[in-house]
Amino acid sequence: LLTPLAPISAKRRPLPSPQTDPLPSAPLQDIRNTVGNIPMEWYQDFPHIGYNLEGKRIYKPIRNKDELDMFLEKMENPDYWRTVQDKMTGADIKLTDEQVELVHRLQKGQFGDVHFNPYEPAVDFFTHEVMIHPVTNRPADKRSFIPSLIEKEKVSKLVHAIKMGWIKPRKPKDDTPTYYDLWAHEDPNSILGRHKMHVPAPKMKLPGHEESYNPPPEYLLSEEEKLAWEQQEPAERKLNFVPQQYRCLRAVPAYSRFIHERFERCLDLYLCPRQRKMRVNVDPEDLIPKLPKPRDLQPFPTTQALVYRGHTSLVRCLSVSPSGQWLVSGSDDCTVRFWEVCTARCLKTLPVGGVVKSVAWNPNPTVCLVAVCVEQSVLLVNPCLGDKLLYGATDQLLESYEAPEEERVQPVQWATATVEEHSKGVRLVVQHSKAVKQVTWHGKGDYFASVVSDNSNMQVLIHQTSKRWSQNPFRKSKGLVQCVLFHPIRPYFFVATQRYVRVYNLLKQELTKKLMTNCKWVSSMAVHPGGDNVICGSYDSKLAWFDLDLSTRPYQLLRHHKKALRSVAFHKRYPLFASGSDDGTVIVCHGMVYNDLLQNPLLVPVKVLKGHVTTLDLGVLDVLFHPTQPWVFSSGADGTVRLYT
Amino acid sequence: ATVTRRLCILKGIYPHEPKHKKKVNKGSTAARTFYLLKDIKFLLHEPIVNKFREYKVFVRKLRKAYGKSEWSTVDRLKDNKPSYKLDHIVKERYPTFVDALRDLDDALSMCFLFSTFPRTGKCHVQTIQLCRRLAVEFLNYVIASRSLRKVFLSIKGIYYQAEVLGQPITWITPYTFAHDHPTDVDYRVMATFTEFYTTLLGFVNFRLYHSLNLLYPPKIDGQADVELKPTEGKEYAMDSESYLERLSALSASLARVVAPTHDDEVEMDEFPVEGETAEQMDARRKEQEALEKHKKLFEGLRFFLNREVPREPLAFIIRCFGGQVSWDKSLCIGATYDVSDPSITHQIVDRPRVERQVVGRYYLQPQWVFDSVNAKLCLPVADYFPGVLLPPHLSPFVTEQEGDYIPPEKLKLLAMQRGENPDEESEGEDEEEEEEEDDNDKEDEEEGDESEKEEEMKLKKMEEQKTQTNKVLPVKVTAGKLRLEDRQRLEQEQQSEEKRLAIMMMKKREKYLYKKIMFGKKRKVREANKLAAKRKAHDTAVKEERKKSKKAQQA
Repeated sequence: LLTPLAPISAKRRPLPSPQTDPLPSAPLQDIRNTVGNIPMEWYQDFPHIGYNLEGKRIYKPIRNKDELDMFLEKMENPDYWRTVQDKMTGADIKLTDEQVELVHRLQKGQFGDVHFNPYEPAVDFFTHEVMIHPVTNRPADKRSFIPSLIEKEKVSKLVHAIKMGWIKPRKPKDDTPTYYDLWAHEDPNSILGRHKMHVPAPKMKLPGHEESYNPPPEYLLSEEEKLAWEQQEPAERKLNFVPQQYRCLRAVPAYSRFIHERFERCLDLYLCPRQRKMRVNVDPEDLIPKLPKPRDLQPFPTTQALVYRGHTSLVRCLSVSPSGQWLVSGSDDCTVRFWEVCTARCLKTLPVGGVVKSVAWNPNPTVCLVAVCVEQSVLLVNPCLGDKLLYGATDQLLESYEAPEEERVQPVQWATATVEEHSKGVRLVVQHSKAVKQVTWHGKGDYFASVVSDNSNMQVLIHQTSKRWSQNPFRKSKGLVQCVLFHPIRPYFFVATQRYVRVYNLLKQELTKKLMTNCKWVSSMAVHPGGDNVICGSYDSKLAWFDLDLSTRPYQLLRHHKKALRSVAFHKRYPLFASGSDDGTVIVCHGMVYNDLLQNPLLVPVKVLKGHVTTLDLGVLDVLFHPTQPWVFSSGADGTVRLYT
Repeated sequence: ATVTRRLCILKGIYPHEPKHKKKVNKGSTAARTFYLLKDIKFLLHEPIVNKFREYKVFVRKLRKAYGKSEWSTVDRLKDNKPSYKLDHIVKERYPTFVDALRDLDDALSMCFLFSTFPRTGKCHVQTIQLCRRLAVEFLNYVIASRSLRKVFLSIKGIYYQAEVLGQPITWITPYTFAHDHPTDVDYRVMATFTEFYTTLLGFVNFRLYHSLNLLYPPKIDGQADVELKPTEGKEYAMDSESYLERLSALSASLARVVAPTHDDEVEMDEFPVEGETAEQMDARRKEQEALEKHKKLFEGLRFFLNREVPREPLAFIIRCFGGQVSWDKSLCIGATYDVSDPSITHQIVDRPRVERQVVGRYYLQPQWVFDSVNAKLCLPVADYFPGVLLPPHLSPFVTEQEGDYIPPEKLKLLAMQRGENPDEESEGEDEEEEEEEDDNDKEDEEEGDESEKEEEMKLKKMEEQKTQTNKVLPVKVTAGKLRLEDRQRLEQEQQSEEKRLAIMMMKKREKYLYKKIMFGKKRKVREANKLAAKRKAHDTAVKEERKKSKKAQQA
């Protein structure tokens, strides 16, 4: 019975195992399932498991065996080991001895049939020896001696393709080694043209202590620093990582941005423009220019010696008598005060009923006369100080004027002072049409010029005291005039507009020079007593030194002050000049002019004088040198005049 | 665009910053990259451009053949796959060997990174294998030539610095963990770079091996080979891989073309260089001796690496300095001796406790090896026992200049290198230094005080003057006080004023430069002070804690 069944099972399942072998059950009740070789789980949800030969359903055995039953059966049934379940019918089948034997044989890899001999002697049918007769006597096919058409077609196609160059013969294998001595014949001079300007890639920065896995504690970031680090832009951070400390090497994790950093390096290498940057490797001390020591350039004012108090508002202007004994100051509190220089005593106060914009002492030592700008008029005041003879002579000089016969048309009105005014010291009043900004004397002391704040050509007027006669030198306005000056020696006249200083020759009545100041707005101007050098202060805190012989551009532009310059001054005798600024300082510089034309002037700052308190954003309003001593006066917005010696 | 990019990378062409940006950029100042026209023309003449085109055509043909299922065509095409070489570009970019060495940093770092990539995904397996091979070859060269100088464990990876033919070459290797591959990185760019770098590194390796009379591709020395092969080789890995694995174990020496003679070290003849004084010569000789000594740092020592220790870096470093090294047989191929070997002098351990200790060897944490190499001497072992709080690991790449902050550990180390007794003197130094610092601080404060005082005095004087001028009548003559004038200080003040005045006279550009330099200097000082203050605070905190714990113990 077994023998016919075995091949069937072998055919169906190539790897039979004892548990799943679907051997039919006992021959008495032949329940054959007719569903065929299908996955049995298709019947999972049905009460039956298939159909028998008659087409009736085969019902699943009622499964009520639980774990305990299974166990009991395993323990009690001696044939448990040879019982298998038929998947097709769901029935338990006990294997017979022969079947068990078969299973054993199959497990060992032997043939199922006991009687089958796998090692039967071989019958040598086609021997290796050549026989005299053929095995078959069939004549050779025709196709074996006629060339193949298909092959011909294929070959001709290939030939055509080769001829046309569509197919290329297989390349011979490259036998040269991948790596060899590339630099065997290196020539250090063989640099391509492109490489001349080639900038090699800079190396990456080497890590510092803070990158260590166990850095010294001071390199770890504190909480605030960490917070600051997190809030910074990634590009701004000084370190691109947070320093961290690990107890041992085992605890160090992988760095998550490693690939990123490599990639960024790659990008840097091929996308960043490279530039050779010359690092300035200079000692900062070498940058400081070597200047003569201020100690060797003495005398110059060094300390504050006197404070002249009395004004209640800003002191706009100062002037010293040619003898150097008296000082006059004009202020916003509508007074002009006369001081004795050495004692700082106020000798005289002259209320003028208006803001005093400018005062100027007549430079002629034989005349005692002060010009004062008050609103629309210029007052000529005889302060009646010093030698009685002197100021008496001045009065006489003024009174000796005789009016000319014919009235001349003048741009201003000259008037003698009223009695009341006369008692105060005012001698003459020159009435202008507009407010007067500045007044300045010619060196001889007869002429003086006044600047009117106006836009027309009437801005600058030149007056002659002895003849009480005024004239307007300019036909056309060249811009807003800031200040004017007479040349100390020659008949030149300096006019500073906002950006330029024009030098006119008064005799020839023509423009001789136009100095470019390179400043935004000129505030003040002073001429060297030699007459060849001019300095200009400007509101953009620059001081321009012009050498008139050299060029019309500044010889040097000094930026010593931090705020706008209000006034500049030259000393008459000593090579000194000073500048006062809104930052409350007066800077005294040594400005040596050599007689030798080839030698450029030497400019050295020698002292920064402080003392004035800045009020209303104004500091020093006027600076002035003593005519004989190396002293400097300064008037400030704090209502004081100070003397530095 | 991709072709241009590849070309630019391969040929090493980078953009240029034009001198007049507006002129070139049609008046706008927007950020744009500018290449020199000459450079682009130079790219056009590159023969590799044609190779790229051929490859493009090849890919197109192949795709077509696949689409038509013409397998024979596919085979034929694959046989004739166009290939290109970068040899001439390497030679062109680096006309001399030294040029190539100078640019080796990035190449090495990149190769080491790529060799740690997984074999799937990001790039071709061949590239990764090639990178690994080249990296291992280079490591072997460094071992053979003993040219490693500095190592540094950073949080990013391990930095190494070797000196090859007088050129310092620095590279970084990541710690051996799987990468979490970022998505915002263009791997194609990196692959192009790697393509060039592998070519470069291969040629450099070839040349380096030949300079040492070593065979290239490297062969493991005969004797070691015989020992290793029958036992482990076959069961460990496939034959093709086992060779590289054994090479990368870094435990065997390499075969030479000429068998090494024993008196290998030929004494260098010394030629006095002109214009060199005897002192300089002496210094040079001393340096040479120190270098020789450094190279033989671990000579005669036998190390054993526990399995939790990173094997490759440590084996590499120890072998570079002449030590012998082994590890557990199951950890990696190439182990030469066992844990139980009595001749082991140092065992590198990275766990808090060692269960069974063998007498006669030091159990040390891996940082000892790194610190010793950087210090150029075998450091005292007591600080590095397992479970001990390690001393800080300092960067060997920092050379402190005057005025920089130097951590106290570094000072200690410098003292040790000078041959002073580290325990007593260095501490004394520290204290002294601290004192000095204190002094400086005080001086600063004093200066500040003095200036303030002066100002006060001036103000007072001025007030006095005012009172004198205002109130003329109550004249009172008091006995004048003799004011002791500090000559030196006066002089100093005068000098500083002179300087200030001179600074006023500087030209605008120079003044700007001067201010910048001074700002930089001040910032440096500030940073150094900050670090010092932080350290001081930390030290005091630690001391207090110690005191507290002592008190607690006593209580």
